[in-house]
Amino acid sequence: DWIVPPDKLSNLRPVIFYVPPEESPLERRLREARQEAQACDQRFWARHNRAFSQEKEEFIYSRLKAKGLEMRDETGQKATLNAEEMADFYKDFLSKNFRKHMQYNRDWYKRNFTITFLMGQVALVRALRWLRWKKKNI
Amino acid sequence: GLFVWHLKNTGIRQIPCQFVHLCRVANHRLITFQYFNFLKRMYVTQYNKDLSQRVKPKADSVASPFRELQQLDQEKKIIHKIRPISPVHQPLSETSSRNELREMKSSAETEDSVTTVRAESKEDRQWKEMKLQLEDLPGILARLSKIKLTALVVSTASAGFAMAPVPFNLTCFLLASLGTGLASCAANSINQFFEVPFDSNMNRTKNRPLVRGQISPLLAVCFAASCGVPGIALLTLAVNPLTGALGAFNIFLYTCCYTPMKRMSIANTWVGAVVGAIPPIMGWTAATGSLDAGALLLGGILYSWQFPHFNALSWGLREDYSRGGYCMMSVTHPGLCRRVALRHCLALIGLSTMAPLLDITTWTFPIISLPINLYISYLGFRFYRDADRSSSRKLFFCSLWHLPMLLLVMFTCKKSFLEKEDKGDLLGESHGRAVEIRLP
Repeated sequence: DWIVPPDKLSNLRPVIFYVPPEESPLERRLREARQEAQACDQRFWARHNRAFSQEKEEFIYSRLKAKGLEMRDETGQKATLNAEEMADFYKDFLSKNFRKHMQYNRDWYKRNFTITFLMGQVALVRALRWLRWKKKNI
Repeated sequence: GLFVWHLKNTGIRQIPCQFVHLCRVANHRLITFQYFNFLKRMYVTQYNKDLSQRVKPKADSVASPFRELQQLDQEKKIIHKIRPISPVHQPLSETSSRNELREMKSSAETEDSVTTVRAESKEDRQWKEMKLQLEDLPGILARLSKIKLTALVVSTASAGFAMAPVPFNLTCFLLASLGTGLASCAANSINQFFEVPFDSNMNRTKNRPLVRGQISPLLAVCFAASCGVPGIALLTLAVNPLTGALGAFNIFLYTCCYTPMKRMSIANTWVGAVVGAIPPIMGWTAATGSLDAGALLLGGILYSWQFPHFNALSWGLREDYSRGGYCMMSVTHPGLCRRVALRHCLALIGLSTMAPLLDITTWTFPIISLPINLYISYLGFRFYRDADRSSSRKLFFCSLWHLPMLLLVMFTCKKSFLEKEDKGDLLGESHGRAVEIRLP
């Protein structure tokens, strides 16, 4: 398996999975579960983070407009709001996405447990196989 | 081992830049790259498992400075020129198409060249094989178990043990500390196991082992079990059942209550404060075997301390919390956040005054601790009033030294249990006599 640097949008690190030539059904289930989980997570966080940046930009723009300022000041620097002004946006964003997060949490916990359990099963099977092989070769 | 990545002629266009890769010598010495070239850009990369500093982040591609620096003639330096890892590098095939990989690789590289400030180590930008190197394991497990936090937890438990009014028993003390440390490692590992995608999205936590794929979730769980079970067993059997029960309860509270609650309600902060308050209680019960008022007072002091500490910390992390979906007071109820911090700073003064009333310390304790308690309360008040980044940082950093100092002063003002027995005999003797004995 190989792991890649974090994705720009989702900040998650995709994993390229190794498919061994003699993959047992159990191992295939594990690999597919992990791939699916990865895809789900990637989709969720990419969308979520994109929405965050977009809404943040809109918020900054609307606030600056209300204050009568432009997006970029005289030196060409991007105008930003200070932390206290952004606090309203953060609070708003959190409450808006609360239900989405609850749903994602449930899914994430379920997926995490299933995958770890499958990993345990695979590890156990491999260990038993190795022990059997050892016994044969003594 | 050496990391030497070979080029494979795959027919895919390779980017002709060269990386200077840190080579690890077989006996795992840390090699420090020091480019003492003051005229050009200076890079100090300390290849330490935990920290990686970069003096000056590069705005353009990473490759060029290293190309310049190859002209430098330095001794103790081992450079391995490696070509960038092309995606089809993997000798083992995988399911996704080549095009997809090329896209991912190019996006990874664009990210490399575009991003400017990156505090994480260079290896994060490279593709890494997910194979656990045994020599990495101690460092990885240390980070998984949040070893520094664990050390602080163990020290608060030792403070609880030391404050208990019984003769000091070294074996018991060491066993209790070890048990508490193991329990804390287990709890922290499970916490990280539960929070992988959230940790990857927050700046503070994105370098954790599970996020970086250095360790598999299964291993994390096994490690947690192999720390938690012996830890609690040690506490229950070798110390006493009450301490063991408290330890087990604390693990449960932290992993099954606090961690999920962080994403559900702001009440998580109060639960977390209880989690922080239990270790000194555990230390006390380890020494005495019973839950006295003294234990609860010590727990109360830790409980109150958590609020200025955490609320000040969370003030600067509001953006990350909001994006990550964490329900924290600093995001949803900022006024409450500051009020609670101030309230508990003042409560610390009250609790310190209660200590002599419960016969734990002498009256010198509230007097000596008053300056530091007043100072943190003052910073708490400033935080309440100003509500800005600088006041929150001041409060946070104050809380870091306030607690050890408070516990130290408490220990030096501890009322000796011997002298308490004497007091019982000498009824009606002079009240004005100084009854302060420094050491138990």
